[in-house]
Amino acid sequence: MTFLTRRTALLAAATCAATLGLTAIAEAQTSIKIGYAISRTGPNTGGAAVTTIPNYELWVKEVNAAGGIKLGDKRVPIEVVQYDDRSNAEEAVRALERLINQDKVDFILPPWGTGLNLAVGPTLNREGYPHLAATAVTDRAPELAKRWPNSFWLLGTSADASKTLVELLSKLRDEKKIGDTVAMVSIADGFGIDLSSAARPALTNAKFKLAYDKSYPIGTQDLAPIVNEIKALNPDVFIAFSYPPDTLALTEQSRIAGLNPKVFYTGVGTAFPLYKQKFGKNTEGVMGIGGWSGDSPAIKDYLARHKASAANGAEPDRWASAVTYASLQMLQQAIERVGKIDRAAVIKDLQTGTFDTVIGKVKLENNMPTRFWWVGQWQGGEFYGIAPAKNEGARTAIVPKPAWVAP
Amino acid sequence: MTNAILTGLMLGGMYALIAMGLTLQYGVARIMNLSYGEFLIAAAFASHWLFTGWAVSPFVGLALVVPLAFVLNFAIYKLLLTPLVRRAPNRDALEVDSILATFGLTFVIQGSMLALFGGAYYSYSFLAFPVQFLGETVAANRLAALGITILLGLALYAALTRTRAGTAVRAVAVDPFAAQLVAINVPQASALTFALGGALVAAAGVLVSTFLTFSASSGVVFTMKALIVVVMGGVGNMLGCLVAGLALGLSEALVASYVDPGLTLAVNFALFLAVLLVKPAGLFGRATR
Repeated sequence: MTFLTRRTALLAAATCAATLGLTAIAEAQTSIKIGYAISRTGPNTGGAAVTTIPNYELWVKEVNAAGGIKLGDKRVPIEVVQYDDRSNAEEAVRALERLINQDKVDFILPPWGTGLNLAVGPTLNREGYPHLAATAVTDRAPELAKRWPNSFWLLGTSADASKTLVELLSKLRDEKKIGDTVAMVSIADGFGIDLSSAARPALTNAKFKLAYDKSYPIGTQDLAPIVNEIKALNPDVFIAFSYPPDTLALTEQSRIAGLNPKVFYTGVGTAFPLYKQKFGKNTEGVMGIGGWSGDSPAIKDYLARHKASAANGAEPDRWASAVTYASLQMLQQAIERVGKIDRAAVIKDLQTGTFDTVIGKVKLENNMPTRFWWVGQWQGGEFYGIAPAKNEGARTAIVPKPAWVAP
Repeated sequence: MTNAILTGLMLGGMYALIAMGLTLQYGVARIMNLSYGEFLIAAAFASHWLFTGWAVSPFVGLALVVPLAFVLNFAIYKLLLTPLVRRAPNRDALEVDSILATFGLTFVIQGSMLALFGGAYYSYSFLAFPVQFLGETVAANRLAALGITILLGLALYAALTRTRAGTAVRAVAVDPFAAQLVAINVPQASALTFALGGALVAAAGVLVSTFLTFSASSGVVFTMKALIVVVMGGVGNMLGCLVAGLALGLSEALVASYVDPGLTLAVNFALFLAVLLVKPAGLFGRATR
């Protein structure tokens, strides 16, 4: 009796183990495991919550509603494994290693922000995962794309951002719409330093007069002294390479102090839904980094789907959000074309293929898109791309900026 | 010049306001409240929610949020911190314990706010128009915040110096053991002071939310700022808190206007360091031991 029971038990255990093993194998074929570590806490949370997380969630929801990603002749659903990187580079790398070694995910989606994308680059490269950096702006993008052929830098370089802005200003000056005094402020952090040090020589070469050029530390709680001093200089152009909280504060303070130059340009956050919500009619004519083809049906459709999916019907950021979503569409199309979980082949397809996305047809050259929106402007409640002017859907800039109105 | 000084006073007033509650909690109740900034952000969220969802003006919001924060902080002291106070053999041990306990509380509050409001930035416009004040153009919301800060500061100063309860609180701040000898209920006075500190930080949160952009994770910035002001002014000293806050704000505005905005942080810390070198107990602190 005892013997039998033990034998039965052993048998049962063996069967269980075998079944478990079988299901594990079967599962690997019936789903695609996609992992990501994203800033749910810490200083990056604000950016990740607006630009990245809603798009990851929207994409997974839509793909799974459609039956999943097509592998060969069948569709397999996406299974998500996610962690909080706490806005911390070491934590992001640790989470990624866990995703790769322990969770054995098939693909990895990138974190939010330039710093974290640079931090996880080496790991993703070493392990051979495609790295679709959709929220990183760095001058080293072309160099990094060479060093890490699996990495794709979809937002471009800060030098291009500054160059395009200065080109637009030069054109406006040629059209006699603006004079040549410029006041520039920047945040003393990666983004602000990169963009202002690219803009400085570009402005000087284009013979603009840089009447004010200063930086302020991250976390500055009162920007009134800066705005007041610039107002006294009465420049034609105001440029701020700022982060979201400062973008809002600078705009607010400018409206209060009555600083209303012909061109008013602010940095990250200008394209955020919060900006439109806070300033309403006063957004008219404000320029900022980024932009999108607001009239394209694909973008309008994306905007509607995003609003329907996100918590509280939140709208996307009108710059990197659409690029983030497009990067997910690219990943999906590359996987489907390869037809199996073959990361090297997927990377190859991303390098060479053409992709149909919400931001139009994308074909990468040297792991970077050939077309970026660098300057956008709020026109009638939509943040349209205005430069480079050769981009499809580019609008003409409204210059001079209309006067601020009482809210 | 007037403009820079005015801006500096408004900024300094905000710093003093942010730090007033902490100086009570730390100086009197001896609780080093690391979740202080989170309480400020929680009040900011409450004000945002009342304003955007129910069209309740932040001034009315003050009347709702501040008493609520008082009750909540009283409960936190009674339930969470009293065991620590009982157990601690001396004030230093209590300080260490309270640092650890309130550090944990930081994550609880931040996590709840993230779950409720998400990680995005929040901002709304209230009294966001220019007004003329002493011949200069300033933002009405900042000016209103300065006005309320001054009122709160005066009321608090009067309460601490002119009333019996206030005298008891000051006695506890100076020497809790001796205070017991003159029949002051020290645990009760500590609990009330901690709650009062919580009410003050809630007031700061509501006022700050009218002109600063905030998110669930921005509390730590305010904790840091409050700590600097409290330590610089002398722990537990209201006047020190006010002077230190104003000094920081004024130096920031003057440096930003006349030297370089990039140096504001450096000047802030240089000032802090200088005060600590000359007066290790803070501007108005009494040297202990």
